[in-house]
Amino acid sequence: MKQILILGAGTSGTMMSTHLRKALRKDLWDITIVDQEETHYYQPGFLFLPFDTYKPSQLKRKVDEFIPKGVNLIREKINRVDKENDKVLLQNDTEIPYDILIIATGCNIAPQEIEGMEGEQWYKSIFDFYTFEGSLNLRDKLRTWKGGKLVVHISEMPIKCPVAPLEFAFLSDEFFTKKQMREEVEITYVTPMSGAFTKPVATKELNYLLEEKNIKIVSDFNIEKVDAENNKILDYGGQEVVYDLLVTVPTNVGDAMIERSGFGDELNYVPTDKETLQSKVKDNIFVIGDATNLPSSKAGSVAHFQSEILTKNILSFIDQKPLKEAFDGHSNCFIETGFNKALLIDFNYTQEPVKGTFPIPGIGPLRLLKETRLNHWGKKAFRWIYWNILLKGRPIPFVSNHMKLGGKIINKQ
Amino acid sequence: MTEKTFAGYCVKCNELGYLMDTDEWNREIGLEIAKEEEIAMTDKHWEVIDWLRDQCKQEVALSVRKVGKSGVVDIKGFYQLFPKGPLKTASKIAGIPKPVSCI
Repeated sequence: MKQILILGAGTSGTMMSTHLRKALRKDLWDITIVDQEETHYYQPGFLFLPFDTYKPSQLKRKVDEFIPKGVNLIREKINRVDKENDKVLLQNDTEIPYDILIIATGCNIAPQEIEGMEGEQWYKSIFDFYTFEGSLNLRDKLRTWKGGKLVVHISEMPIKCPVAPLEFAFLSDEFFTKKQMREEVEITYVTPMSGAFTKPVATKELNYLLEEKNIKIVSDFNIEKVDAENNKILDYGGQEVVYDLLVTVPTNVGDAMIERSGFGDELNYVPTDKETLQSKVKDNIFVIGDATNLPSSKAGSVAHFQSEILTKNILSFIDQKPLKEAFDGHSNCFIETGFNKALLIDFNYTQEPVKGTFPIPGIGPLRLLKETRLNHWGKKAFRWIYWNILLKGRPIPFVSNHMKLGGKIINKQ
Repeated sequence: MTEKTFAGYCVKCNELGYLMDTDEWNREIGLEIAKEEEIAMTDKHWEVIDWLRDQCKQEVALSVRKVGKSGVVDIKGFYQLFPKGPLKTASKIAGIPKPVSCI
């Protein structure tokens, strides 16, 4: 019997277990998946939880529910990968040998990377919303907050779901408007990038949003430390921003298991071929989703598109054929802009987000890079799609792994 | 897209002055861009530029903090070399794309 070992039972790992169990003969291949967590969270919901849009129970399911029959699930902490000997060591000293390894351990926030962030004020006046715990604590804070300076802040790129902080700022505007206290809240968006939008077409089409919603922007802000005693954040260039409530996206890093295995980059991401998804560590190690160092977005849609490509490449690898399937960086995201509207973007490594129709060229019904109500309902429907289609490895109708140019308005230079 | 001439070399640039094709770059061009950005290049500056170009070739996303962990320069030092938006300025001089997010 040969063994495929998957590390991580999140979005990517779960989808890979489903695809591979369907594709491989049970009498030839064992598939094992390891994850210490019991709960599978619907992570896109962490954006809505602080505003009481979703109940916690709507965002939680059991990991086991989505692991197909014929796949062994081991609930244990991963110690490290021993790539020389093709085996993984678990915390309880068990060793699992593998023929093919898939790393799907995602990324986590690392507030300890920024001086002063995770001190006494953590979850009192400083919050993240990238974890269930952070998002839930922030919900409780917002329920009673009397207003003041709300600072929505990104520590550094890359982060999971790069648009989420912007969505948080937009939804805050709606939330405080509906609570009839918008005038008591000053919203500032602080980013290490050159602006809230960095791509030419998106900048041109979307800059009105910040002005319309009265959101101030502080750009090129590379945080050095949080001065929690004096309620301010400081950057290396000497800028300071004062807050009453700091909602920050801390540095994102790959799993500590990758560091222990000795093959991560500066942020613990695994060096990966951006097309084949084979690691640059060893031929029989593949990487998917947020754990890679690819220049694609860290997002569930990316993991979904990658999973179908990686499945084909692993089957080729087993047959000792060249890895022909190439990931193009395809990403597809709804962006909530508040008051029941949302944008939709569809892009890849080389094509920036533009206007157009999606998924059916010329028809839609969704509109790209334009605020519509239907896009908002698309985002809301996505929770059902996630649990029932995405995680179960089923294709999303009309949406292919590779980005399509049809329906996009591309201004040729 | 526009064409600009640096040190006698005609190169393609975007509207913000970043080189469109990183292979068109050479040190003389870098030096001219640095002059426009009012940076007096030293060996340390070039060491950072070489590291950035190398990272770009490996197609990995760059951040200020990543530069700080490079072993070439720490973040404070990076700010001293390229004040005001160091990654933006250094990327321009290095002839690599401006750091961007997804939108």
